Amino acid sequence: MSGSTREGGWGALSDLPGNPIMWVLIIGEMLVFGALLIGFAVVRLLHPQMVLAGQSALSIPLGGLNTLILVTSGWLAAHAVRLRSDGDIGGSRLRLAGAGALGLAFLAVKGVEYADKAARGLGIETDAFWTLFYLTTGFHAAHVAMGVILLGIVGWKNTSENLETGAAFWHMVDLVWLILFPLVYLLR
Amino acid sequence: MKYESQKVALYYFAGALGLFVAQVLFGVVLGTIVVAPNTLSELLPFNVARMIHTNALIVWLLMGFFGCAYYLIPEESETELHSPRLAIIQFWLFLFGAAAAVVGYLFRIHEGREFLEQPLWIKLAIVVVALMFLYNVTMTVLKGRKTAITNVLLLGLWGIAVFFLFSLYNPANLILDKVFWWWVVHLWVEGVWELVMASVLAFLMIKMTGIDREVVEKWLYVIIGLALFSGILGTGHHYYWIGMPAYWQWIGSVFSTLEVLPFFAMVIFTFMMVWKGGRTHPNKAALLWSLGCSVFAFFGAGVWGFLHTLAPVNYVTHGTQITAAHGHLAFYGAYVMLNIAMFTYAMPNLLKREPYNQVLNMWGFWITSSGVTFMTFALTFAGVVQTHLQRVMGMNFMEVQDALGLFYWMRLGAGVATLVGVILIVWSLAVPGGKRAGAAIVQPAE
Repeated sequence: MSGSTREGGWGALSDLPGNPIMWVLIIGEMLVFGALLIGFAVVRLLHPQMVLAGQSALSIPLGGLNTLILVTSGWLAAHAVRLRSDGDIGGSRLRLAGAGALGLAFLAVKGVEYADKAARGLGIETDAFWTLFYLTTGFHAAHVAMGVILLGIVGWKNTSENLETGAAFWHMVDLVWLILFPLVYLLR
Repeated sequence: MKYESQKVALYYFAGALGLFVAQVLFGVVLGTIVVAPNTLSELLPFNVARMIHTNALIVWLLMGFFGCAYYLIPEESETELHSPRLAIIQFWLFLFGAAAAVVGYLFRIHEGREFLEQPLWIKLAIVVVALMFLYNVTMTVLKGRKTAITNVLLLGLWGIAVFFLFSLYNPANLILDKVFWWWVVHLWVEGVWELVMASVLAFLMIKMTGIDREVVEKWLYVIIGLALFSGILGTGHHYYWIGMPAYWQWIGSVFSTLEVLPFFAMVIFTFMMVWKGGRTHPNKAALLWSLGCSVFAFFGAGVWGFLHTLAPVNYVTHGTQITAAHGHLAFYGAYVMLNIAMFTYAMPNLLKREPYNQVLNMWGFWITSSGVTFMTFALTFAGVVQTHLQRVMGMNFMEVQDALGLFYWMRLGAGVATLVGVILIVWSLAVPGGKRAGAAIVQPAE
């Protein structure tokens, strides 16, 4: 694309920070996670007891801890973008490294959670609730992993546009969790 | 046409059109066998005719893609083709392989794996053909100008070849067999073929509407982004039914629903470009096919696909005539029309003539499109009735087939109309009328 993304011609996407194609991806992701959450709503409507039983096995403290981790990480990423636009490359790299490290911490907590569920025999094929739980949180965790890699790349190729692009993806991952956590863990 | 070596595309266009007629002819034979089951029962059983119908379709579409690439790539890369001679050898080898397969089928020589019935040596010959082709076009792109269109087209063409390799792997486990089988046919039509489609449409839009390349390229990136995002996991809508775990119902349903998006984007793209371009290109028939392609692909692949893609719906409709309805309209809209759009655009240029037989060609467009549309509706209604009687009421298969007779007669009628339309299209392209063009007309500005 030879750095011409700023030249407009992207319609509504032109005004958004970062590379417009990232926003196409973000809209796609929103649709996928939205569809999965609608799936949760339908399963809850059809089998309220099954969903309640599944939810009671989820750990709210671990989910809450992960929420704090991800929000803090998102804050660091936003900070990195601001520092970069002030020309402070070193400072922005430091914040990105922090954001990425917290992403890894999120995955570690997720791993503890999955191990606990597996130990109790709750797998992806247990019932519709657990299928959706593993699919939704699993897809999300995969995006966290991808996001950590992306933060590493934009930290390395440290331009303002790249940073905005990486941070936009990271905030999407953040946002999905902020919707997913209350709907799946808290709302009973 | 700017480069002499683009002329090799003519071989491929001619071969593709010949196979197109054969494919539709065998379709009409099949439609006849369905309503009069003893037709040709000794000479040409249904399963053999069906193999020829489906294989001829795939082969001519691929042959058309090869031709499109040989026309498009030199012009985009602004250089002669690496080796026109290799391209011609490749054509004859491919045609020989296709003919040998058909003759073999008539003598009941085949491997029985649906759509991949070709004997092993023919599959290997196809791999050789693909390698010759990829070598030729890749070398051309490497030595010339690199554009988004050639990059996306090459990605699609390499993808076609890579996924075809899975046809050589046939594990004993039936579930694994089916998984890899889907990777050939479906990761083609729901994945890499869409890249070919988007890049060829983008090329046609640049040539015919006069819209800036930069704008077209942005659309191209959005479309292929959506296609790959939705299509690869969307293929998962098949997996549960062949024995994969139940969570594939969710993955398949969600992602395949989104497969409507790239097709919708292509409709918006083509109409926006034509509307904003505001330029009257003399080849009106090619423009009609380009616009028709995006619209029919949206309905055939997008809407008719969505109709039965959600797992609770597919639970009852799987493998009924609804699938056949979707298959016909999707292949016609997405890939048949794409090829004909390119042939219609390119052939006058290759023959150094002004656009010729435009009215006949457009009649072919409307008659064929009407035929396929009517067929789609007949099969959709047949599928709904079949689903209800067979899957809901529990009647047995043959009893239900008897009840569908009227729909099958209507399908045959639509098939005959389609054949007439196809003959008009082929005639209008193969028999050039019109004046020899002056230089100004054969080279529309970008």
